[in-house]
Parts: sequence; structure tokens; C-alpha cells
Amino acid sequence: MIDSVTDDRVAASLVSGWGRASPSAARVVTVRSRRHLEELVVGAGRSATPVLARGLGRSYGDAAQCAGGMVLDCTPLGAIAIEDLDEGIVRVEGGVSLDALLREVVPRGWFVPVTPGTAHVTVGGAIAADVHGKNHHRDGAFGSYVQRIELVTPSGGVEVAPASDPELFWATLGGMGLTGAIAEADVRLHRIETSRMLVDTVRARDLDECMEKLSDSDASYRYSVAWVDCAARGSRLGRSVLSLGDHAALSDLPAADRAKALDYRPSGGIGVPFAPPVNLVQPMAIAAANELWYRKARLHRAGELQSLASFFYPLDAVRDWNRLYGPRGFTQYQFVVPFGAEETVRTVIELLQAARLTPSLAVLKRFGKADPGPMSFPSAGWTLALDIALSARDVAPVLDRLDDVVADAQGRVYLAKDGRLRPELLREMYPRLEEWLAVRARVDPTGVFVSDQWRRVGASER
Amino acid sequence: MNDVTGMPQTAVVIGGGSDLALAVMRRLASRRLRALVLVGRDIARLDQAAKELSDLGVKSVATLVSDVCDAGGHEALAHDCEQLLGSVDLVVVAAGSLGSAELDALRAEDVARSIETNFAGPAAAITAFATLMRAQGYGRIVVFSSVAGVRVRAANFVYGAGKAGLDAFCQGLGDALAGSGVQVVIVRPGFVRTKMTAGLSPAPFAVDGDAVAEAVVRGLERGSPVIWVPAALRVVFAALRLLPQAVWRRLPG
Repeated sequence: MIDSVTDDRVAASLVSGWGRASPSAARVVTVRSRRHLEELVVGAGRSATPVLARGLGRSYGDAAQCAGGMVLDCTPLGAIAIEDLDEGIVRVEGGVSLDALLREVVPRGWFVPVTPGTAHVTVGGAIAADVHGKNHHRDGAFGSYVQRIELVTPSGGVEVAPASDPELFWATLGGMGLTGAIAEADVRLHRIETSRMLVDTVRARDLDECMEKLSDSDASYRYSVAWVDCAARGSRLGRSVLSLGDHAALSDLPAADRAKALDYRPSGGIGVPFAPPVNLVQPMAIAAANELWYRKARLHRAGELQSLASFFYPLDAVRDWNRLYGPRGFTQYQFVVPFGAEETVRTVIELLQAARLTPSLAVLKRFGKADPGPMSFPSAGWTLALDIALSARDVAPVLDRLDDVVADAQGRVYLAKDGRLRPELLREMYPRLEEWLAVRARVDPTGVFVSDQWRRVGASER
Repeated sequence: MNDVTGMPQTAVVIGGGSDLALAVMRRLASRRLRALVLVGRDIARLDQAAKELSDLGVKSVATLVSDVCDAGGHEALAHDCEQLLGSVDLVVVAAGSLGSAELDALRAEDVARSIETNFAGPAAAITAFATLMRAQGYGRIVVFSSVAGVRVRAANFVYGAGKAGLDAFCQGLGDALAGSGVQVVIVRPGFVRTKMTAGLSPAPFAVDGDAVAEAVVRGLERGSPVIWVPAALRVVFAALRLLPQAVWRRLPG
């Protein structure tokens, strides 16, 4: 939700996150070029105007808002340079969406190294949140594939690479846009022979079986994820459908399809034209949909060919699906707890069930080794992501309780999804916060780059 | 900042001695409230409330002595609050006084004073904070109206008229602020057992201050523009508004 205008001296307009829950007004300035971006950021620094770069607004909470300040709409920064594609390197501007990038590189035999559950994020956003995908257990997060960033700080543009300035580089990966605006990046891609996925679908009766099967699949599958039916209780708690896959080789395709092996057809046919006056994602509908989804999946289905879009981006098929949650919006609660804290995952589901809060979507997966980034979310362990409508009663205290349970287990919540974490828990969940603050103080000493999220959860604690 | 569940971290109370406003603050203290400014006339009462809220975990509670009728002072007041809090997430406007509507004893200056306290002063304060919040790009203004202003009764028509004016002002202001990130929330309680109503016999649907606070916090979570307490009064007053004048006039209480 964003109303943007092209003039630099624009009136304020409302900006909100994907969850549509706590909009704030800012001057939204459309960035015309990288030079323009630098002018805007340096100008903001001189006039002490709070500023924040924004991409496609897929962070769920208030991470891409800057109330009373200037929000830089970076989506026009869309240049994609493929000169070095033979070596698997692509040079992209910060506003390039993964969708645009895939349209360019998939037909040439390349895929993004890491992708979240939507292609409608920008490369700048992917870096700022250090996004992860279904392959984190073996390939790590997005940051592992970024070789160079052109960052725009209040003192101007600066080239950052892991070797030249590791502190700033890794503070930017997961830094939620607070170390500067990402103008350009070099990203290392993944070679593919086809645009199809070879997918095994496996059902699990309960949480134990789900975790066991996910663990067993670590070595044998590049991508793995489980959709958990959070409406199922008792002995069926945690019953789930696992989706395990890898890119199909040319030889996996029927002979007739091999000529068009690298065709890429993004999803996104239908849309939700407006937000209904009430939340349509209600518990009974959720339970029914989960039941159907679980039953539809056969006990075991092996070697199915799926398109990239249907494997990675099933929700992209419905544009603006976030509007279905009505005027009050929704949040996603995503956390990670270390291996060994499996019971915490169960406790979280049980606490939500006890409070009669049925997540409309629940996704469980395994993270591998963490990136070096002090604020990067993924770290070795289990991550569960839960979509929760905010219209339900007493959501807030229950989520506060979940924070305590997660923090007790040495876990953390994902800032790209957060809109409500208690400030005092930030340091506990991100113990390297001080390290990151020191880097931020070096590149942006007066704190020109600021988000509503940072004001709420970071700045208020100091 | 207000979080996605609608909970503020900083707040200002205009009418800082109000039982209802303090009941709301107690509930917010258990959620995200960390800094607060209490504004009112009675410093002893403000200090007592400040101590209580500090004890409940609000890290910083300041008190400012100011009269809501001092319309010229509201912009400076809003500025002072901004200085104290950094930014103002929530303003609760609870200033007001019941007064008397006994025709035999009614003096012209009492009426002027009542309208001043219940309407003109609060409206001026709301304006000052709305201006501040527009610049912030976000914020919420919770205003205590009353069902007494929904359809004004002979028994308390001076107070009711003030609340009716304030309620109407807030409806219009709320619409004018659409798209600014600033939201006006109108609270319309029925009879509430507080120190303001001490000695009066409770009307039907009477509630205590904590029920009002609970409804206000729930309304903040839901993003409701109008909060009736208890909720049934929304329906009751939809019907009462339609009563013929002759019947309305004769209703007991």
C-alpha cells in the first residue's frame, strides 16, 4: 500500500507493510537513478531528514516505513547487467525484483541462489533482510552470494565487499536498510538445466515425524519445507506435508519438453481488487483448508515435475492476497530456535491453540550455518513461520508469551516479519547488536537512516 | 511507535487526574508503555498517579500542571510533551467536568465555563496534538466523549452539550485526518462509576472504570474509530435517538 509521486517536494502519503497493520505517513520520493538516490540521501543527511529506502514493501511489519521522514521508492532502479553471466555473476540495481531477474536469467540457464517465498522482493530488500529460502540448510542465506554492494550512506556512495570492509558488508546483510541504501549489487547465481523442479511430496502424521523426515532430507534434497496444519491437535499435532525438491536435469524432462526446458512463466493471474471490510481468513476456513491440503497430498508422491513458480511462489498466484485479512491486517510470527529446542516449536503451536489463534499458514524448515552478519536472522536450527490475523482477540499478549518462550530457548524472531517485538528482547535475541551498532555509528553517526521498526524496537531501548 | 497490535510506547494524558484515563494507562503499562506525560490542574493528584504508574513499570512519568481551558497554552504544551517523549504515540483527552444543569441555580458564567472545560479547551488541545502528530506522520488521539452527548438530556444538558460538540468536532477531525497516519478515536461511555459520578444513582448499563479501560485498549487493538462502553449502548442509542421528543423528555433518571 503506497501512493507515490515523482516530485522531491511531495506531500506525505501513507506507507504500510505487507501486513497492512500500522501505516504511517512519509514523503514518498520515487528514485529516478542511482545518482538521484545519492543526491537524496546526502541531502537528507545535510538537512537531518529521517530517510529509508524501500523496495516492494514485502516486509510484514513496520520495517519499510519512516513516519514523518522520506521514504525512497527504489523500484525504478531496475538495471540488470548480464555481461558476466557466463561466470554466474549478475550486476543488478537495488530495485530489481527477483521476478524481473528470473525473467532475464532463467532462459539463460541461471536461477537466484536463494529465494524467499515470493519473487516480488527487490535485491535491495533481499540484502537488507538477508533473506533465506528452502535451501538454507545446505546453501545458507542470500548474503553468501553477494560479492559486492554499492551502498549509499549520508556521506555518499561507497563500494563494499566482504574482503574490503567485512564489518560494513556484514552489517548491511540483515541490517534492515539502516546502514544505507543499496544502489547496486553483484550476485552469484545458481546454474540450472531446466526451469522445472523435481519434487517429492511426503506426508507426516505429527510433529516428530515431520522433524525426523525434514532432518533426514537435509543431505538428499537442496530444497525442503513443511506446511504444518496448526489446526490439528493432540496426537495429530504438527501433522504436515513436506515438499522436497531440486532443480530437474534436462534428462528428467519428457523428450517433448526438452526444447523448451528453460521457459519461465511467472505466476500471478488473479488478484484481490480491494480489502474486504472484514477479515475473510477465519479459523473455520483455515481448518477446512488445512484438512483439504493434508488429505490432497498422498502419503508419498515422488519425482513430480513442477514449474519454478508453483514450487517456490505458490502465493504469488494471487496478487494482493494480503488484503484478504481485512482492515485490521495480519502479522507473520517467524522465529528460529537452535537444534535441540524442538520442544519449543511444539510449545509455540500449543500456546496458539490454547489461545484459539489458528495460524492461517504455518511453514517449518531447517536452517544451516549462520551468515557472519551480526543482525542476520538465520542460524542453525528450526524456523517456524506463522501467519496470524490481527483481528482476533488477545493476539498481542499471546505473541508476547511466544517471544519469551523463543528467547528462553536462545532463539530469535525475524525482523523482516516483525511489527511488535518488545524492545528489551532485541538485545537478547540478537546478542551481537552492539557490534552492529558500532558499524552503523561509523557510516551514519547521526542516524539519518531510520525506520519505524528501529524507532520502536531499537532506538527506544537506548 | 505504535506497534502492529496498536499498542503505544509513549503517551500524554490531558486530564491526567481522570480515573478513566489512568485506568487505560494502567493497562497500557502492562503492554508497551514506557514513557508518559500526565497533564492536569491538581499536582498532588498527578504526582500520586505518576508514582502508581512508575511502580507499574512505566520507565519515565512526567507531570505538567496546565489548565485545559488555557487554549493559548496548548501548542507550547504539545511541544513540551514532544521534547519529553521524543515522539507522541498516543494522546488521551479525558478532561471534563459534570457540573449542574439545575435551571434555578444555573448561572451564565457556569455554562460558559462548562463548555470551556468539556468542549472548547479539549478541542484546542486536540488540535495542537493533531498538528504535532501530522508532522510525525502517525499517532492516535483518544477522546472521552459520552453518551450524554449522543442525545442530550434535560438532567445534564450543559455537560451533554459540551460532549456533543466535542464528539462532533472529533468525528470531523478524524475524517479530515484520513491518510495522514493520525487516527482519532472517540470513546462513548455510558454511566461509569468514578469520582465524577460519586453520589449519583447509576443509570442502566453502568460500568466501572476498568471496563472502560479494557474496551479502550481492545478498541486500540482493533483500530476502532468509535468505542461504546458497554458495547450494547451502540444499539441502545441507535434506538433512543429515534424516540419522539415528548417520550425522551419523560424518560426517568
